[in-house]
This record gives sequence, C-alpha cells and structure tokens, in this order.
Amino acid sequence: MVATMAAEIFAQQTVNGLILGATYGLIAIGYTMVYGIIGMINFAHGEIYMVSAYLAAIFLAVLHFFGLTSVPLLLVAVLLATVLVTALYGWFVEKIAYRPLRHSTRLAPLITAIGVSLILQNYVRIAQGARSQGMPSLLQGSFILPVGDQGGVVQITYVQLLIIIVAFLSMAVLTFIMQGTSMGRACRATEQDRIMAALLGIDTNRIIAIVFVIGAAMAAIAGVLVSLNYGSFDFHIGFITGIKAFTAAVLGGIGSLPGAMLGGLILGLAESFFAGFVNSDYKDVFAFSLLVLVLIFRPSGLLGQPQITKV
Amino acid sequence: MKKLWLHGVVLVLAVGYPLLARAGETIPIGVGGPFTGPYAAFGEQLWRGAEQAAQDINAAGGIDGKKIELFKGDDACEPKQALAVANQLVERHGVKAVIGHFCSSSTIPASEVYAEAGILQITPGSTNPMVTERGIKTLFRTCGRDNQQGSVGAQFVVNALHARAVAIVHDKDTYGQGLANAMRDELHRLGKKEVLYEGLTRGEKDFNALVTKFKSVNADAVYFGGLHNEAGPLIHQMKDQGLKATLVSGDGIVSQDFVVAAGGPPYAEGVHMTFGRDPRKIKEGHEVVERMRKIGYEPEGYTLYSYATLQVIAAAISATKKTDGATLANWLHSHDVPTVMGSKGWDAKGDLKVSDYVMYRWHGKGGYEEVP
Repeated sequence: MVATMAAEIFAQQTVNGLILGATYGLIAIGYTMVYGIIGMINFAHGEIYMVSAYLAAIFLAVLHFFGLTSVPLLLVAVLLATVLVTALYGWFVEKIAYRPLRHSTRLAPLITAIGVSLILQNYVRIAQGARSQGMPSLLQGSFILPVGDQGGVVQITYVQLLIIIVAFLSMAVLTFIMQGTSMGRACRATEQDRIMAALLGIDTNRIIAIVFVIGAAMAAIAGVLVSLNYGSFDFHIGFITGIKAFTAAVLGGIGSLPGAMLGGLILGLAESFFAGFVNSDYKDVFAFSLLVLVLIFRPSGLLGQPQITKV
Repeated sequence: MKKLWLHGVVLVLAVGYPLLARAGETIPIGVGGPFTGPYAAFGEQLWRGAEQAAQDINAAGGIDGKKIELFKGDDACEPKQALAVANQLVERHGVKAVIGHFCSSSTIPASEVYAEAGILQITPGSTNPMVTERGIKTLFRTCGRDNQQGSVGAQFVVNALHARAVAIVHDKDTYGQGLANAMRDELHRLGKKEVLYEGLTRGEKDFNALVTKFKSVNADAVYFGGLHNEAGPLIHQMKDQGLKATLVSGDGIVSQDFVVAAGGPPYAEGVHMTFGRDPRKIKEGHEVVERMRKIGYEPEGYTLYSYATLQVIAAAISATKKTDGATLANWLHSHDVPTVMGSKGWDAKGDLKVSDYVMYRWHGKGGYEEVP
C-alpha cells in the first residue's frame, strides 16, 4: 500500500513538474534565441508572455461573441490569433527599443529592455486594471491513468496534456525551421557572425526581427495554455515566470535551443520534486542552488557551447 | 533693487498660496493601501468606503465646518513602498490622520512614521497581532485580530468539519503566516496536530506540487493564510487534481476577485473563510449600503470598515477640537463611537473590545453566505 502510494505521488509530481517545465521551456526559447543572435538579455520577454495571456482572453471573448462555439476550433483560432498579435508585439519592441541601439554599448539595450518591461506592465495595468482576470475553462475534465496494481492513479487534465503536446510539437517545428529551411540557415549564420552574414547578402536586421517574432510567438503559446490551465492571470504574471524562464535558459545553456527546453524541464521537475517531497518554502532556493552548481561545473550551461569572446 | 524685492514677495506668495489656502479650509486625511499591484482590489474597497464617508460628512457640514480632504497613499502591499508613502502623506500632504494601511506587512513599517509624527492611524484591515502589540499609542484598528480569526478557523475545522488530517499553508507574508500560526496554535490547543505546515510563494500560480503533497498526506482540510491571488489558483488546482479536501481561509479572500482568481464560481464553491459579521447586514449601515448600491458599487469586504474608520476619526476630531494624535488617541480610549458598523470601543492596545468573526461559505453563484 505504502509503495503504491509513493509511486502514485511520484508519478503525479513528475507530471506536475513536466507541465511546469514545458511552459518554462517555451518562454525560455525567447530568451535563448535573442541572446544567441545579439548577445542581449531581453528582460521584456516575460511581459510579452503576460500580454499574450490578456490577448488570449480578449480573442476568446470576441470569437465567442461572434458565435464560434466549437471548442477545438475556438482553441485553434485563439491560439493562432494570439500568436500572431503577440509576435507583432515582439517585432514592434525590437523595432523601437533595440534596433536603434544596435551599435551602441552592450548595456544600452539591456536598460531599454527593463524600460520596455515596465512600460508593458503598466500599460496593461492601466488599460485592463490591476485585478485578476478570469479565463473561461474551455476544456474540462481529465485523464485518470492507473499507476501500479493497487488502484493508484495519476490525474492529467486535458489542458495539461495539451500543454505538453503543444510544447513538444512547437519545439519540433522550431527545430525543423532552424535546421531545415533557408531562413533557419540565415538565422544560424547571423548568430555565428553577424558582419560576415551581412557581407554574404543576408539582411541581418530582418533576421534579428524574425528571431524576436519567433520568441514572442513561443511565449504566446505558453501564455494561452498557461492561462487556460490556471483559469486566471493578472498583469504581474510576467515577472516571476520571466525570471524562472530566464533561469531555465541559463541552466540549459543560453543560446542553445534544445538547452532551453531541457533547462525548463529540469527546473520544473526540480521545483516540483523539492516542493512535493521536501518543503515548498525552499523550492526556489533549491532550484537556484542547482543552477549555481551547474554553472560551477559547466559555466556555459548544460548544452551551451563555450563562449568565444567577441571583440 | 526694489523690483527684485517685489519679485521675491510675489514668488513666495505664489508658492505659499496653495499651502495657506489648504491649511485653512480642509482637514487632510490620508488613505494608505494597495491601489496598484496585485492586491489593488482591497485598496479600492478602502478608497470607496473612505470616499463615501468623506462625501457624507462633508455634505453634512464637515467636521465643525471644515471639509475633509482625502489623499491616496499607494503602498502596493510592499513594506518598502509603504514607508515611502507614509513619509509622503505626512510631509507633502500634511495629513492629520490616516486610514490604513491594508496589508499588515505595510501597516507595521508605516506606523513607525505616523507614530513619530504624532498622527492618529486607524487600520480598517490589518489583522496581524503585531500591529497593536508594539505599544504605539496612536494606532487603532476597526477590524479584528488574527488570533481571534485563527481560533474561529481552527474550531470550525475541528468541530464542524471533523477533519482528520489538516494541512496548513501560508504565503510567507506577515498577515498570511501570522494567521496560519494563530490557527495552528488553536489547533494544538484543541488537541490536534497538523499533518503539513508549509509556505508558498506570493506571485506564483502553479501550486500543483503542493496539492499533490496534500494528497500524499491524505489531507481532508486545508487551511490557507494569505490573499485571494494565491488562494484562487490553489483551489483551482486542488479541484483539478480531484482533491476532496475543504479549503478554509481568512479575510484575505473576501472579494469577488477570489472567484475570478479561482477560475469561476464552480471552483470557488465550497471554500470557507472567516470574516467579521457581514457589515452590510448591520442596521446602522443600511442607508449607506443602499446609497452605494444605487451608484453601482457593492460595498463588499472592507468598504464599510473604511467608511466606519473615517467616521471614528471625524468623531474624535469633532469632540476634542484638536488633531494631534495623542489627544485623539486618549479620547478614543475612553469613548465609544457610533459607526455604520454599530458602536465601536477600544481597549488599551487599540484593539476592538468586541470582535465578531464568523464562518462564511462561497456558494456556486459567486457569492458567500454565513455558515449557520
């Protein structure tokens, strides 16, 4: 009995950690790609994720108002619309806040990133109010999987399953884009040497803008799924989630795409297991200690390539 | 030379004019609370109540002919900001008394500033025992204390729910942890031990790991010390994971925002919370409640507490004809004041002589009702 119980709880905590980790990973992609290509930490990325949650709720209300009631159709439509508009946000932020500073010191865009983050956060607060906003639960119900042979169960809600599927699906699509298309090749070339890429006829400004758009799109996917999962959000959610996702990106090796996902999953599982089996007061302490340990032995993260100093 | 001198006079007059005018006509009173940030819903309750009270008192001729002027002090429920805002209210606006703050963790640091300036401070919502335990003579409250509230919570869990395994969770903040500790103390006194006592992080939304842990210890009652922003996702995830335990909390979730944060009335249904006897049902406040409903505002939660607080301040100033904190405090210690929430009197610490915590239950339509 005790063993089944333990197995059941262990399995459930694994599920909890994977779901949390998948959302961290999706958001971490934005941090890691932007860092990879222009060596800058886009602190406004967490707020992009927050904006996408609001956009999702707005699109959901609008589409529902116009008579779209089929749940799968509604989900796909909301996801597409949110990704599109959030991507626009990402593109716009890059255009007005970072592009003009492309040739200035490395600190300048970092400061504007913090500025953009504050602007987005307060813009949403003023436009939408400081209160929590609700997200109607579109997909109710859950799968109940048996664990062991004595009636233990693990519960996964449909939304949580959707999070895992969509997260891995979008990772796969993104990997294909980066490895298998000419645009992806241009991205990688720009990442390796921006000046050389430009000399070879790649419009590097366009490529950088695309990277921001991709990052924002991934954050939007996370935003839609997470707000569906928790049922509510407020203008403040970008902050903590942003920090966690950034941590995931560093853990996995900033600049590395699979590293972002791996870092997210490890962070999510670490938090979940520590909170579940030791103490939830200190789960963040544990997560960050883990980060420190990894950085001591692998300074460029788990899958990161050693940094070649750029002059 | 002469012209320059004249310029100087004009300049001084121009700068000094608003100050002089203000000092003569009105009594400035500060309202400190979270008007922005995740807990802004409570700030709005305080402001709406104080605003309505000021309107009503001013319409009836003000305090001995002087009108009340309210100043907002936004602390966002952050101790550091509370300190800055308290200094601003005192120095820039020259307030004579303060309604607030809301979060105990803000009220405590801010109270040092008001005490030093000799200003009367009455909090309508900070229930942590430490607020009045530090011997500040000019600090009062119009709400109860968490040890009273925690006791009611613990007694309910033991005597009404007959819970076998009680889990206690708090948000690591002064209010939340204080309430959780008070509940735990009473639980121990009733001869019961909790199966789990842990904190979660304010601002996070994912408490699935904690919920699974409730399952692993077979908790059938969960007591939460904290505010609605975290209580909402917590109950949502408890129900998503199919946990049958009853969530019991305190006055930190007395707001419609709890229902929103939980993800809708079906999720909030069945959650219990302690709060003072519904102030909207006290007959003295009937007229005010009707008036506020007419302008489209439901005076829920702490709205009427805030209204009553301004009434108390006005009564003290009117009776003593003074505005210094020590005089007002002395008067309040020896007099009962009629308010929209009935007559209120204070003990030597500044706590209410009578507090009336009762248990409420959120029902499936998004409201709450008293548990008989």
